[in-house]
Amino acid sequence: MSVLVFIDTNEGHVKKASLEAMTYGAKVAEQLGIAAEGVVVGTAKDDLAALGKYGVKKIHHVNNPALDHLDAQVFTKAIAEVATKTGAKVIVFSNNVDGKSIAPRLSARLKAALVSGAVALPDTSNGFIVKKNVFSGKAFANISLNTDVKIISLNPNAYQTIAGEGTAEVVIADVTIDTPKVKVTAVNKVSGEVPLTEAEIVVSAGRGLKGPENWKIVEDLAHALHAALACSRPVADAHWRPHNEHVGQTGTAIAPTLYIAIGISGAIQHLAGVNRSKVIVVINKDPEAPFFKAADYGIVGDAFEIVPKMTEAVKKIKG
Amino acid sequence: MKILVCISKTPDTTAKIAFTDNNTKFDTSGVQWIINPYDEWYSLVRAIELKEADASTVIHLITVGTADAEPIIRKALALGGDEAIRVNTANADSFYIASQIAEVAKQGGYDLVFTGKETIDYNGSSIGGMVAELLELPYISLATKFELGGNKATVTREIEGGEEVCEVNLPAVVSCQKGVAEQRIPNMRGIMAARTKPLKVVEPSAADTLTAVASFELPPPKAGVKLISPDNVEELVRLLKEEAKVI
Ligand SMILES: Cc1cc2nc3c(=O)[nH]c(=O)nc-3n(C[C@H](O)[C@H](O)[C@H](O)COP(=O)(O)OP(=O)(O)OC[C@H]3O[C@@H](n4cnc5c(N)ncnc54)[C@H](O)[C@@H]3O)c2cc1C
Ligand SMILES: Nc1ncnc2c1ncn2[C@@H]1O[C@H](COP(=O)(O)O)[C@@H](O)[C@H]1O
Repeated sequence: MSVLVFIDTNEGHVKKASLEAMTYGAKVAEQLGIAAEGVVVGTAKDDLAALGKYGVKKIHHVNNPALDHLDAQVFTKAIAEVATKTGAKVIVFSNNVDGKSIAPRLSARLKAALVSGAVALPDTSNGFIVKKNVFSGKAFANISLNTDVKIISLNPNAYQTIAGEGTAEVVIADVTIDTPKVKVTAVNKVSGEVPLTEAEIVVSAGRGLKGPENWKIVEDLAHALHAALACSRPVADAHWRPHNEHVGQTGTAIAPTLYIAIGISGAIQHLAGVNRSKVIVVINKDPEAPFFKAADYGIVGDAFEIVPKMTEAVKKIKG
Repeated sequence: MKILVCISKTPDTTAKIAFTDNNTKFDTSGVQWIINPYDEWYSLVRAIELKEADASTVIHLITVGTADAEPIIRKALALGGDEAIRVNTANADSFYIASQIAEVAKQGGYDLVFTGKETIDYNGSSIGGMVAELLELPYISLATKFELGGNKATVTREIEGGEEVCEVNLPAVVSCQKGVAEQRIPNMRGIMAARTKPLKVVEPSAADTLTAVASFELPPPKAGVKLISPDNVEELVRLLKEEAKVI
């Protein structure tokens, strides 16, 4: 019996979200008194044995370059076979783009109850109940998983990675690999930047910046903090910023440890995408801006004066 | 080309979130219901555009829900689509809903099943993938662009830190998000036409439920904002480092 963690890679490197998933999976395994194992699909460039420090004892590697790009159908079949062979009781995914593609398929294939967007460890005192985000971060639901095999898709940044000691045994998984039907013809990366959904710190700006030509101060602050950039919807709609930076109800939902909102009013639809952030800082010249109600720290003032000062202060404190 | 568009009903984005029955049920009093934005703005509009480009395209809408979902599905029909199907059952869980959609899809012989990225109430992001698995079809999730060329779809999808372009032969299931299309407002002609479009009610097929909501809870209220003077930006940075420990 095992807790099986899907270890997600990006160009062969293990994603940060998967380190969280492994740490979480190891903890679930401990709760259940069984071992945590992992499954990697596609070419891996990292040392998989070293992932043992996140608590996985054994890694099943479906080592086939045909699977370097996601085809959820083919991945699902391979992972399902590993899960069955290892007698997986709980299968853990990160609720990132790949997790959202594969976990539901696996749920239907194995008829295993799925909770997506989990934010805490299962409560096993009476059944198997997992807390998840609902209503776009405005509430939680405690979901009872009522099947023998269970799937948990963990929200990125919801569980802290802990690195300990240990190495994992790496085995090549002997599973069926179908020919992918989804053929990836181009990959367009926003190079050199921190992916928004994985970022610990996000610097975001809204219509208060007046125009795209003013974004330099926002970029400088983000750069000083090693942060990802985000924006409000009207900013993306007006093509001031690329669409992939749009956060909120209809854009990307994020949960960084620090979210800095500059010149954003804090409409409920915007908050829906960012209210899971651990700490929120709001810079807005209007003391009545609704965002202050959701903020931990705030400065009432002109972004054009405050943001450059903040960048300087960050540079100073970081040395 | 025959397209099935999945339509769900969700509370308006500004609805007050509260719970009743000892926090086991969503309090629907005073709630305005809307078409889930991802279904309305992106997947439905893209399907309509495909029909505008090729008039032989047939669009069916499906919703799994009780009779109170009818105003929503009629509103969707006012935007476009040829007919609607309502599977007459309360929403039990994602797997149950997906099973209902898959059953209808199997019988309808669709080339393409569109879902939204997620429902804004349950935030499952699950039903598209489940439907695809039940139908044994390829699944492309989180599409930001969708183009058709004969029997082949070219889909751009989100990946961490960018996007990738992929090709798939139909039939397939695709979940749509921002970028796939632009929001449309139904016009008078559409609203009139929707009244006479067929809305078929079918009874649910037997299916399992795998999960149940044990309870809901609201997040603890925020402690309140700590305001820092605009003349003292350094103090804010110090607090972020020493008090909040986030930088
Ligand atoms: C169904 C639906 C879904 C939506 N989804 C989203 C979504 O996903 N994401 C999203 O962001 N929005 C979404 N919206 C739109 C949302 O309701 C707001 O209209 C939007 O978030 C406002 O963007 P903003 O704060 O940048 O602009 P505004 O509301 O115009 O606010 C600008 C702010 O900047 C401040 N400001 C101006 N000048 C300065 C200055 N010099 N220094 C400091 N502050 C300044 C102003 O005081 C103001 O608070 C959605 C709306 C609907 C109806
Ligand atoms: N009751 C329903 N009836 C029809 N389609 C649905 C229903 N619930 C969800 N969907 C579709 O599945 C998508 C994803 O929903 P979810 O998995 O709940 O986030 C939605 O955007 C809809 O397109």
